[in-house]
Amino acid sequence: METAPEPGGDVPPKKSKLRVQRKQPTLSSCPQAQDPFPGPAPVPAEAAGKFRRINKSKQLPHAKAQTRSRPHAKAQTRSRLEVAEAEEEETSLRAARSALLLAEEPGFLEGEDGEDTAKVRQADIVEAVDIASAAKHFDLNLRQFGPYRLSYSRTGRHLAFGGRRGHVAALDWVTKKLMCEINVMEAVRDIRFLHSEALLAVAQNRWLHIYDNQGIELHCIRRCDRVTRLEFLPFHFLLATASETGFLTYLDVSVGKIVTALNARAGRLDVMTQNPYNAVIHLGHSNGTVSLWSPALKEPLAKILCHRGGVRAVAVDSSGTYMATSGLDHQLKVFDLRGTFQPLSAQTLPQGAGHLAFSQRGLLAAGMSDVVNIWAGQGKGSLPSLQQPYLTHRLSGQVHGLQFCPFEDVLGVGHSGGITSMLVPGAAEPNFDGLESNPYRSRKQRQEWEVKALLEKVPAELICLDPRALAEVDVATLEQQKKERIERLGYDPEAKAPFQPKPKQKGRSSTASLLKRRKKVLDEEHRDKVRQSLQQQQKQKKAKPEGARPSALDRFVR
Amino acid sequence: TREKLVLSDLLQSVKASSSLATIKKQLTRVKSKKTVQLPLNKEEVAQIHREVAFNKTSKALSKWDPIVLKNRTAKQLVFPLEKEQATFAPLEHVLGGWKARTPLEQEILNVLHKNKQPVTDPLLTPAEKASLKAMSLEEAKMRRAELQRARALQSYYEAKARREKKIKSKKYHKVIRKGKAKKALTNFENLRQANPSAALEELEKVERARMMERMSLKHQNSGKWAKSKAIMAKYDPEARQAMQEQLAKNKELTQKLQVSLESEEEEGRMEEEELLVPDAVNAIQMKANGPNPWMLQSVTLAASEADEQQDPEQLPSEPTAGEDSESDGEGSAGATEETELRELEERRSLRKRSELGHAAGARNHPEAQDTSSQEVLLEVRRLAQKLPKEARSSQPPKGSSTGAAPPAPEKEQAAEEEPLLLQRPERARTLEELDELSGEGCCPNLELPRPVSQGLHAGKSPKNQPAAPKKKGKAQMIDLHNLLTTRSPSGKSLAVPTTMEEEEDEGEREQKQTIKEAFAGDDVMADFLREKREAEEANKPKDVDLTLPGWGEWGGVGLQPSAKKRRRFFIKAPEGPPRRDQKLPNVILSEKRNIHVAAHQVHVLPYPFSHHHQFEQTIQTPIGSTWNTQRAFQKLTTPKVVTKPGHIIKPIKAEDVGYRSASRSDLSVVQRNPKQLSKRHRKQLKKNSPEALEQ
Repeated sequence: METAPEPGGDVPPKKSKLRVQRKQPTLSSCPQAQDPFPGPAPVPAEAAGKFRRINKSKQLPHAKAQTRSRPHAKAQTRSRLEVAEAEEEETSLRAARSALLLAEEPGFLEGEDGEDTAKVRQADIVEAVDIASAAKHFDLNLRQFGPYRLSYSRTGRHLAFGGRRGHVAALDWVTKKLMCEINVMEAVRDIRFLHSEALLAVAQNRWLHIYDNQGIELHCIRRCDRVTRLEFLPFHFLLATASETGFLTYLDVSVGKIVTALNARAGRLDVMTQNPYNAVIHLGHSNGTVSLWSPALKEPLAKILCHRGGVRAVAVDSSGTYMATSGLDHQLKVFDLRGTFQPLSAQTLPQGAGHLAFSQRGLLAAGMSDVVNIWAGQGKGSLPSLQQPYLTHRLSGQVHGLQFCPFEDVLGVGHSGGITSMLVPGAAEPNFDGLESNPYRSRKQRQEWEVKALLEKVPAELICLDPRALAEVDVATLEQQKKERIERLGYDPEAKAPFQPKPKQKGRSSTASLLKRRKKVLDEEHRDKVRQSLQQQQKQKKAKPEGARPSALDRFVR
Repeated sequence: TREKLVLSDLLQSVKASSSLATIKKQLTRVKSKKTVQLPLNKEEVAQIHREVAFNKTSKALSKWDPIVLKNRTAKQLVFPLEKEQATFAPLEHVLGGWKARTPLEQEILNVLHKNKQPVTDPLLTPAEKASLKAMSLEEAKMRRAELQRARALQSYYEAKARREKKIKSKKYHKVIRKGKAKKALTNFENLRQANPSAALEELEKVERARMMERMSLKHQNSGKWAKSKAIMAKYDPEARQAMQEQLAKNKELTQKLQVSLESEEEEGRMEEEELLVPDAVNAIQMKANGPNPWMLQSVTLAASEADEQQDPEQLPSEPTAGEDSESDGEGSAGATEETELRELEERRSLRKRSELGHAAGARNHPEAQDTSSQEVLLEVRRLAQKLPKEARSSQPPKGSSTGAAPPAPEKEQAAEEEPLLLQRPERARTLEELDELSGEGCCPNLELPRPVSQGLHAGKSPKNQPAAPKKKGKAQMIDLHNLLTTRSPSGKSLAVPTTMEEEEDEGEREQKQTIKEAFAGDDVMADFLREKREAEEANKPKDVDLTLPGWGEWGGVGLQPSAKKRRRFFIKAPEGPPRRDQKLPNVILSEKRNIHVAAHQVHVLPYPFSHHHQFEQTIQTPIGSTWNTQRAFQKLTTPKVVTKPGHIIKPIKAEDVGYRSASRSDLSVVQRNPKQLSKRHRKQLKKNSPEALEQ
């Protein structure tokens, strides 16, 4: 192996490569200032790894040998894969670098050594924080119209609540400016903002009604009757309703059509939540199961047995990793949703939780009669540890609705005594996406965003357990088409060409020797096949139980 | 049947005479002249022409293959291909149309004019320009002179080298070599005193030469020359010697210079003041390329870490030595002192030698630049190895490879910090897989289910549980009963719901709950299991029974078709793939294919890919602006082909891609004249027309 002589070494310069120092005209007055930190700033691999999306766990097959019809396929495949990898690397680095622009930091509450944070009362927190944050803690004393359900808009700026005795109100809760307040003169089961704060869906005793932010009734949807729970899927513009009659109905609010009505076949439905990661609807049933639904399928995507008694509440965290359930057996369980659906932790509560909610940063709140408990994990998106509550708060009435406010460290609780907005440090994501959900947007901006969001609406049938399914190939159809093609042509065009021995010189290319060579290769292949099949047989033998050994008398068995 | 008559036979009978001899000659001449070959028929000629034309054309076109391939894989193509040279307009031209308008500008211009400062060209005054020009001429002259000198020197040098190379005396070369080695030694010594870092570099060069030798097969008697010598070696002692020399050279070159390193260690251990250079400098020099300030910190850090790691290694080694000595002379303390003293002396002498070795280990100085530099190097090496041999024998190298603890925990940590995004689509089916996953750290808390199912707290001490059944082979199914009957401790809540406090007392409540837990769940589980079984049954492929009763045998009420027949016409359905929820007792996963999603998925494998996993890898990175920064988005969505508006896009030419101009004859290969056919083609022609040859 020839190695290049190192520069500046002791190798004499060749004649043609005589180096002549060329003087470059440099400005003597301005000596070249050297950058002490050349190149882009380094990014920790872990930070960049968060943005990598290529699944490298899948085994890539060896590239096929080149055939006459695809002479450069191997090289091109390699180059395409390399390009994809390089692109991923670069984009992830850029994304990780741009994390520098997220200036805000999440809040936190830390006890002094040995102090339990659960002992910290709301009053203490309010005293400690600045005035602006302190103003976010408030109580609305509304004893007259019974237990309240509440809903925050996606930007976290607006709050709507509805009491069981017909009281419906919407307000900008930061400035406390009331948008509308009406009484629908009918029991209100649930209330939910649609894609923006301008539209409000209210599940009333008979039918589903939609109001605007002035309190004017826009629609009365009679096909959704006796609705108990509402969920809005913002990227699909779908309003999912669960009814007493056992139907899960998807209503496309952008066109006003019902997409599907699915019969859950499990009686009255009153426990529902959505998985924000993949827009799958989770329903809790009285037989202790939680079923996962998509409008594309008439049967549940999955059914998980969670509790011995009925399921009382379900919540899914924002990354779609954990699902918390509470049942009539007074248990609170956290399940892993990443394919295994196994409980990760469980806890028996003195009186089971009737309401559950996850915050953006993964805090879990549970409402048990008139007490709200909040559990926290280590950092964002981690499993909340159920041993020690992070915060507790006692309310003036039974809890009836729970929701964390997006982008604010606030938990809204609707109860029989009205509405309580309590401070939970570290609950929400501190940095908001100004183009996606901007709490400070103007009316014009909201309208612009609405148009863009409608243009980017995801079709309802794309909802499935793995939202990255679109980045996969439809293997079933691919195989089918391949088979049909082979049938049509009568041969497999992609099959490996049979071995052709290369012609050799000096008389070694006689027909006999060619045949011999060909036979050698064929035999080798055949041996490989046999070896593989033998291995498989052995595996199967091992898998078989030993008790099922055949006896000599088996031949007489009819 | 018919015998051929040869002319010479006829002539033989005739008496030899001078007149006939000439005729004979003429006859032989006539005979030697060949008959003109019959021309091939038209079709064959045309076919040969076509073949030749095809071969030539494909050869000419194959030249473009790499370019075509490059263009196909290129990220972006810009047309037209020939780039216009960017013209640098002088500043005067650009600013020609500019005029001072505001009073301030006019005032400034006035001032400039007064001071004879440049107005149009803001860089140089006329005087400066003139001086610049003068300077350039001077410089040019100087450079020319320099060049001339260099050339002359080079030619002298070459002539000298040629002369020396011609000298055949081996002794002469040997003397020269040794002299060079000596010189190199002294030079290195000087260098070491003057510039220790440079000396270290020299040492490194030696090391690198060794590495190269190890990589190459230069002196392993595997070359052409060596093989020829190997044949000769049996008879020729000289050849034998040459071969052995080569092998010896290889051996010497590939031998590691352990002495110098050891001695360095020793030095470091003994006295810090004698250290040639600080460690950090050493560490950085290990990186041959220019040190990157970004990396600098980490490098120094790592170096310091390495030091720290080394320290504990070194520390124990000294105590052990001390222990040894103690064990030796346990009785007399004086003896230990003596041994220590002796050791010290030994070390000192060793250090001196090693210094020498240092010097010797250096490569020759930069002036010794000729082809025999390697031999000089060898000589130096030989010297260097001779010196410390005794030292090594007296004091075997201490186990420097005590082995730092492998950084396993770090690795685990890294594994745990796998990207979150990737964890999603994994579907772990079996518990074994789960175990693997937890081992990998994909789902950090996956061991939890088992502890939970045993009614223990897992969070704190999963290892303390003695009863964790770890039978790998069987019993992998999670027991549904265990899964649901968790006796986890009741929540420690500060604020117990008020209703609770008023309503019930503890004992009653517990009893109620135990009763509930005991009875409520049973049929829930049974129901669920039944449901799951039904789902499994519904999804299984059905067997087909094609037996026709009464066909080929007696039929009627109470008569069953024979077992043989039934077996013959019973088509067993092939077993489908295992269910995804096979190992998950508490889950029913729908096996139905989502055709709506499938309609949006790609179902054709595009060209270069041979497997769908490959293609999937290339489409998994999202390119939208929602998922990317603005720059990344722009880069990901650059158009594949860019054309400049208003430009003619001409076909690609050989000059455009760096080929010499391809003449038109490359493609116009159809030749009319068969005389111009190449030798091979003529052969072909002959083969095709054997009858033409026979005549």
